[in-house]
Amino acid sequence: MGSNMAECHPVAFQWVVEAKQNGGKLIHVDPRFTRTSALADRHIPIRAGSDIAFLGGLIHYVLEHQRYFPEYVRSYTNAATIIDERFLDTEDLDGFFSGWNPKERRYDNSSWQYAGGVIHAAAGQRTAPGALERATVVGGSPPQEDPTLQHPRCVFQLLTRHFERYTPEMVEKVTGVSRAAFLELAQTICDNSGRERTTAFVYAVGWTQHTAGAQFIRTAAILQLLLGNMGRTGGGILALRGHANIQGATDIATLFDVLPGYIPVPKVDDPTDLGEFCSLNGGAAGGYWGNLQNYLVSLLKAYWGDAATADNQYGFEYLHRLTGDHSTYQSTLGMVDKTVRGFFVLGENPAVGSAHGGLHRKGLRNLEWLVVRDLYEIETASFWYDSPEIASGELRPEDIDTEVFLLPAAAHTEKSGSFTNTQRLLQWHEQAVEPPGDCRSELWFAYWLGERIRRKLAQREDPRDAAILKLNWNYPLLQPGGDPDPHHVLREICGWDGQGTSLPGLGAVRGDGSTTCGCWIYAGAFAGGTNLTSRRRPHWEQNWVALDWGWAWPMNRRILYNRASADPEGRPWSERKRYVEWDEKTCRWIGPDTPDFPLDRRPDFQPSPGATAENSLSGDRPFIMQSDGRGWLFAPSGLVDGPLPTHYEPQESPLRNALYEQERNPGRQLFRRVDNPYHPSAGEPGSEEFPFVVTTYRLTEHHTAGGMSRFLSRLSQLQPEMFCEVSPELAAERGLRPGGWATIVTLRASIEARVLVTPRVTALKFGNRTVHQVGLPYHWGSRGLVRGDSANDVFPLVLDPNVHIQEVKAATCDIRPGRRPRGGIS
Amino acid sequence: MTISSPRQASVPLPMWQGGGTRMGFFTDTSICIGCKACEVACKEWNDVPDLDPSWSGNSYDNTLRLGASSWRHVAFVERPRPDTGVGVQWLMSSDVCKHCTRAACMEVCPTGAIFRTEFGTVVVQEDVCNGCGYCVSACPFGVIERRADDGRAFKCTLCYDRLKVGEQPACAKACPTQSIQFGPLDELRERAGARLEVVKNESGHEMAQLYGADETDGVGGFGAFFLLLDAPEVYGMPPAPSYQRRDVATMWAAASVAAGVLLGGVAGAIVWGRR
Repeated sequence: MGSNMAECHPVAFQWVVEAKQNGGKLIHVDPRFTRTSALADRHIPIRAGSDIAFLGGLIHYVLEHQRYFPEYVRSYTNAATIIDERFLDTEDLDGFFSGWNPKERRYDNSSWQYAGGVIHAAAGQRTAPGALERATVVGGSPPQEDPTLQHPRCVFQLLTRHFERYTPEMVEKVTGVSRAAFLELAQTICDNSGRERTTAFVYAVGWTQHTAGAQFIRTAAILQLLLGNMGRTGGGILALRGHANIQGATDIATLFDVLPGYIPVPKVDDPTDLGEFCSLNGGAAGGYWGNLQNYLVSLLKAYWGDAATADNQYGFEYLHRLTGDHSTYQSTLGMVDKTVRGFFVLGENPAVGSAHGGLHRKGLRNLEWLVVRDLYEIETASFWYDSPEIASGELRPEDIDTEVFLLPAAAHTEKSGSFTNTQRLLQWHEQAVEPPGDCRSELWFAYWLGERIRRKLAQREDPRDAAILKLNWNYPLLQPGGDPDPHHVLREICGWDGQGTSLPGLGAVRGDGSTTCGCWIYAGAFAGGTNLTSRRRPHWEQNWVALDWGWAWPMNRRILYNRASADPEGRPWSERKRYVEWDEKTCRWIGPDTPDFPLDRRPDFQPSPGATAENSLSGDRPFIMQSDGRGWLFAPSGLVDGPLPTHYEPQESPLRNALYEQERNPGRQLFRRVDNPYHPSAGEPGSEEFPFVVTTYRLTEHHTAGGMSRFLSRLSQLQPEMFCEVSPELAAERGLRPGGWATIVTLRASIEARVLVTPRVTALKFGNRTVHQVGLPYHWGSRGLVRGDSANDVFPLVLDPNVHIQEVKAATCDIRPGRRPRGGIS
Repeated sequence: MTISSPRQASVPLPMWQGGGTRMGFFTDTSICIGCKACEVACKEWNDVPDLDPSWSGNSYDNTLRLGASSWRHVAFVERPRPDTGVGVQWLMSSDVCKHCTRAACMEVCPTGAIFRTEFGTVVVQEDVCNGCGYCVSACPFGVIERRADDGRAFKCTLCYDRLKVGEQPACAKACPTQSIQFGPLDELRERAGARLEVVKNESGHEMAQLYGADETDGVGGFGAFFLLLDAPEVYGMPPAPSYQRRDVATMWAAASVAAGVLLGGVAGAIVWGRR
């Protein structure tokens, strides 16, 4: 669901094909019938944006028919935990949880906590207000629980009630999936889960790019925990990342609010004391986040080296602090509003790839300076003389003041380094050829930019420059003026001790300044001084888990939380699904993978009072990053928009919310401004002007915003033009001619596309209402060998509140035959 | 079911008698994901010229056919599901030169530019081809073609240069799902037979069949054969390809008669004219 794996991840899809040949069943739930559907045993068309209703229906089915995995649920999830008596559900408040502050449009999650104490989350919004003053749940058992799962406020009962109305009939009404198809799927999943079998969910941006995107994934997590499909072979929820190294980019912190290894960036109102900051952000929690101070101090040592000492809190005061949301789209609006004056774009093409491209280009026009590093002169660099606004005559190049620096970048074959792929696997690649001309690697660019800035700052005496001047910026160069040694950079990320010996693993990362580690989850990738990410032993020369191919974080584990592949006593759930288990003879966890548990921790281990971090978890708590070692069916902290997923309609929808009076995710990030108009939804005046659902996607033949494909003839000729996919019914209704032109109309933009009429797009029935969906690949722009309008131009800015991602998988539009009107100065 | 020609070859025809192991392709279309990596890898390795970018509107197929500058072509067929009639089936198949056992293109080539390699594959020598085009009309699949700007004939070489150094062809190497498999033809045929049973019986594709795996068919079997989910014509391939040179003897006889009649006529005219 939410993924077109065969088209967008064809290389990874080989394993799905292999699984199918071994008897696996593949079911594809997607608005369109894609190349993934073509290979699936079953394709189920769904209305874009309705996945929580669908997955919630599955949760309801599992609970109602008692198809959950009882031993797993009781021991490994927080099903038995009793929740604060002040908690009120969306069933009580018609689409809201308790704690909603309508003025600030945000929740106070105090009432979502465990009865008797606040509990820290492993990610996201980690605490509740007043967490420092309130009792904190650390490991062991929560203050109040009911192992019989009968208490009305225990998580299991709250969950049951929350999804009570997500019946097969409701699923049909909301998603367009027939009751029969839904029930068949529900049964298949349940039959394929339990001791003997497991089911996996695979998703990509079809789940994330919604105003409740994080909650889409939460819904799947709840379902998989109920079915006992986490931490086991053939189970899990597999996130497919969009680029070869996007996982690595997230790990080593390209996001504004996390430091390397998912350590939160301090906020302005966070404590200035390092210890206090750590306590508030997980350091006081059970599980491995209890070691936060070790991870953070070692990172600070990597940043500031000898200048990071106990006296200056290891440079904690040098760290920048967040004043609010500084995510991508906030920066875009800042550019539009001229509060952001300069902008670096590396390996991205936001003028084509970001929602509301027109607004993004407006932001670029308002900048003082812009640096674009890319393989070609992409639209983000050419916006000032080659863009829809220039073509239409709306603007002239001479009226645009932005100074653009276009710097040629080296491709991956022209530099050495590591990719961290979708399964957290680091794979080293060697440089094959020298980059041509002035092309340089990102490493070269970052290093030499830093050098130049430091030289400039060194000439003035401003205390605010200390953080930059005291940086540990000593990297051995491959040649004078050349690239820093990339092996050295990875070694720094993986960490070393006082003697300069590479750390054997994350357990060796210290908070007393004796170790340096750029990213604690990568500790161990250089164990023994060897770059383990460059290992290439073929799978036929080792066991089937293939631990000697590359290196996966953390600790070369291939399946996370694999302690859950054994029962509470440490025995395999079944012979068929045997993976990691307790060996009484050697008193160790053993298996073909690296066990994701302290190796010698007995299954019957009980923590001593006052124990911290992982030592506060008993031997039967597999989810070691969680404060209570359990999988969270109910998330008291972490998400800002609710402890349980709830179906909301997208910002723009042709249907009303059939479940609640509250139409949309109340916490979504809205930007109500003249240059970002939203369409009215069903029932609101004017909604009939935009009657169709529009969704974006990728094609195998191109790469995202086209910077790496539209400029290559081999790829361009395979998909040479922007097109839209419509059903034969919609084509008939709107008079769209196959092979002709259509114009897709929204309040943001009108774009044109060739018409591909195909039965692969299904018109969905909702009672007597038919909902048509228009599919738009988003690869084209005004540059390259093949050109066309950009699909992202038609979408508004409206974001998920947890991760600030744009909703481009479901909005509304109109579609008309013929080409769009041409502008021009008359 | 395999395809065999309704018309068996009437005269003994030259078969490949090479000493080495005959190598070939087995293209299993049941696991083709239509990614076109084969098309790209082929063009990159063999430096095949680009096509003019042109959107066809025919599903996701913008290459449309095999030709002088398309040595691999992924066909896309959208149709109602044949079993239930409800919903869609989207067939994808990577087509290629068949490297026929009885290779008509080679037989008609007057310059010897087309030859049978030590791997049993059929290859055009670019520096020998004189562009006569006999091979183009001889090929029963419409595979080989002359380049308009060059005049010479081109087609898949089964990456002869890669085979020479022990590498597999570029398309097979690039195929992510192993839909394109390269190897000794005997092994591939065996593997394909087993795979067909699974596809027919377990995956429920009743019409699935091997295409070109049978040595008794009209071209003596393909060096590059296929597992198809339906009849070859569904994919735009000829159901009963035949070796065109089979009819050469009768064609020449007919031509001789015609020539005789023509000559007689001319002679008669001359005689008549002299009168």
